[in-house]
Amino acid sequence: MNERRLRLGHLYPSLMNVYGDRGNILCLTRRCRLRGIELEVTELEVGDALAADGFDLLFMGGAQDREQRLVGDDLSKLKGEALREAVETGVVFLSVCGGYQLAGKSYRGADGEELAGAGVFDLHTVHPGAKAKRLIGNLVARWEGGTLAGFENHGGRTYLGPGCEPLAKVVRGHGNDGQSGFEGARYKNAFGCYLHGPVLPKNPSLADRLVSLALERRFGDGTLPALEDGLEQRAHEAALRIRN
Amino acid sequence: MPGPRTLASVWAAKSATLASRRLRRGGGTAVSGLVGLKLQSSLIHDLASQLGHGCVLVTGTNGKTTTSRLISETARAAGLQPLANASGSNLMRGLASTLAAATGPGGRLTDAAQRLGVFEVDEAAVPAALQELRPRVAVFTNLFRDQLDRFGEVEAVAALWRQALAKAPPGLTLVLNADDPAVASLGEGRDNVIYFGVDDAKLDRGAIEHASDALSCAVCGSRLEYNIAYFGHVGHWRCPGCGRPRPEVAVSGRDLDLRDGRTLGFEIVVVGNHEWAVDQPPHPNPLLEGEGIMEPRVEASTDMTDAENASMPVEMGIGGLYNAYNALAAAAAVIALGLPAGATPEALKATGAAFGRQEAFEVDGKGVELFLGKNPAGLNQVLSTLLLDPNRKVVLIILNDGIADGRDISWVWDADFEVTAKQFDKVLVSGTRAAEMALRLKYAEWDEAALTVEPEIGAALEKALAATRDGECLTVVPTYTAMLTVRELLAKRTGRASFWQ
Repeated sequence: MNERRLRLGHLYPSLMNVYGDRGNILCLTRRCRLRGIELEVTELEVGDALAADGFDLLFMGGAQDREQRLVGDDLSKLKGEALREAVETGVVFLSVCGGYQLAGKSYRGADGEELAGAGVFDLHTVHPGAKAKRLIGNLVARWEGGTLAGFENHGGRTYLGPGCEPLAKVVRGHGNDGQSGFEGARYKNAFGCYLHGPVLPKNPSLADRLVSLALERRFGDGTLPALEDGLEQRAHEAALRIRN
Repeated sequence: MPGPRTLASVWAAKSATLASRRLRRGGGTAVSGLVGLKLQSSLIHDLASQLGHGCVLVTGTNGKTTTSRLISETARAAGLQPLANASGSNLMRGLASTLAAATGPGGRLTDAAQRLGVFEVDEAAVPAALQELRPRVAVFTNLFRDQLDRFGEVEAVAALWRQALAKAPPGLTLVLNADDPAVASLGEGRDNVIYFGVDDAKLDRGAIEHASDALSCAVCGSRLEYNIAYFGHVGHWRCPGCGRPRPEVAVSGRDLDLRDGRTLGFEIVVVGNHEWAVDQPPHPNPLLEGEGIMEPRVEASTDMTDAENASMPVEMGIGGLYNAYNALAAAAAVIALGLPAGATPEALKATGAAFGRQEAFEVDGKGVELFLGKNPAGLNQVLSTLLLDPNRKVVLIILNDGIADGRDISWVWDADFEVTAKQFDKVLVSGTRAAEMALRLKYAEWDEAALTVEPEIGAALEKALAATRDGECLTVVPTYTAMLTVRELLAKRTGRASFWQ
């Protein structure tokens, strides 16, 4: 196989990394490498410009409120427009937890302060206040690629507009708002979810979908050879079984 | 004398402990306190106020247990009777049961005049503990991401501490880690603060590691800069925005010799700050003023007042940079308490491992060493310490997701398992989330062929022992509840005491 190369932009790695988010980068890098694809990772912090055509994949992890303000500011001043443009042109984008919230149109924090989001997804998020119950626990959801399993921990409730679709249906746990039965959002090749931190290693179906979509867009062929995923499946199945 | 309700709650607490042990439900250290607290919420306050030498509170993400232990042993060497919640039962109910267990038939503390309370306190219990214990000294070791499913966010813990300290009873001296910016900032604008830290440029890692949290300035939000990065966000920091530097330390660790990770040598330097050793009032427990119970048994130390900097060489029977921090925290606390700092080195040397923390066993001619690892920063320190001995070849890593471990096991992806990817010939992975742990190791490029997944801890321990050659050492790295299980298994095999005895 010819050496193929994909470029991944990791958005705000030092601010949006609250709980194991780098597991996703490790996972994508390794699963690409085993298929002879070199994944070149570029870290983009606050103040670094984003070019809409600079990457094949983009990733944004979770953060705490304080970091979210800094990132929200940078998105509206610097990167938001390029991010929207990238997604419109089919760049693959995964956003997790706090990153998912900021990829929507707006985020109203526990203190009532409203942050503008990047507007990639037609959704908005409202934190009902510091006294409201956080949505915490193991989360299982079903999407077109099978089951997704992981952990969620968020105060904000996310409401989808007509311009995006839910990524998955909640099987167990809270998901977007604890009420609708939906988890995450999807628009074109952009994915957002509350399954937080290291969502990809134990959900290889999602990890491979991201890589496949990026390959297809760039090289016209998204076919991926299967990998030996014994431990991945074991971890996935163990996570499916966890009761809160 | 205690009121009748105190008496009733003390007795309820004591009998619940006995009942719990008879029912074999564990040590009963927390159960009894819960009963007592229900009967009277001020039980802790009533009993703690009888402590002749008052008490010291120890909190922080990592190092609570070992630091408390080091303070207790130093106090004991100085002739005091430490009263400590040594079994790690560090919520309010654990404090209540510890205090209740130390009472006599009249419901008052026994040997009250000689007692110094040394209480490790869960991060989230600090506000209540400050109010009820009214400690003379509060030690904050460090603040890292830990159990976010319980605490929500790291910043929320820092905010909780700041609010609690703003309302803290008077007469409190803070002992703060100057090298942890989140902890150091608790001293902003306060008097009576002793900072400790490490001054050893050879331990600089050059860059801040992944498991860092307090990277922005607590005052102005700018990203901190580091001259020296030790681990996590711990090091010699400075804020380029508001110019705030790491505070000047009064207790400094220098010339660290990390050896093979099982012992530790360094210098503790008390930097020109001798008034801490001599200017404490002779009877510093404000709650006891006017009661005229006793004279202090311990005279404040004067043996260091002549020198500009007093230097004490220290040898410890436990290893790793993180234990040097624990020792410095303890030494600073001892100075803050007005105890003779000269007794510190001897006590540090004599103090062995705390429960499950670098605790060593011998099973059938093989060594077994337990290294509790419960959050990324702590685990990274453990892994760095393991790396110091290239002869460690067999490891058992146990990941549980019980409530005391944190239900969310995402954190294992923040720990730098990559550093020990080449070290072990045989790797056993166990616990309720063994598969996820194995996956983490796989993505850290550990040799998959050397990996065995055995979720059941007893079976995993047997397999790990079988893979360990005679005379060699099995390294066990468990989360908290896994440590309790594996330690119980080892205690049974070796005849060592269970934790509550």
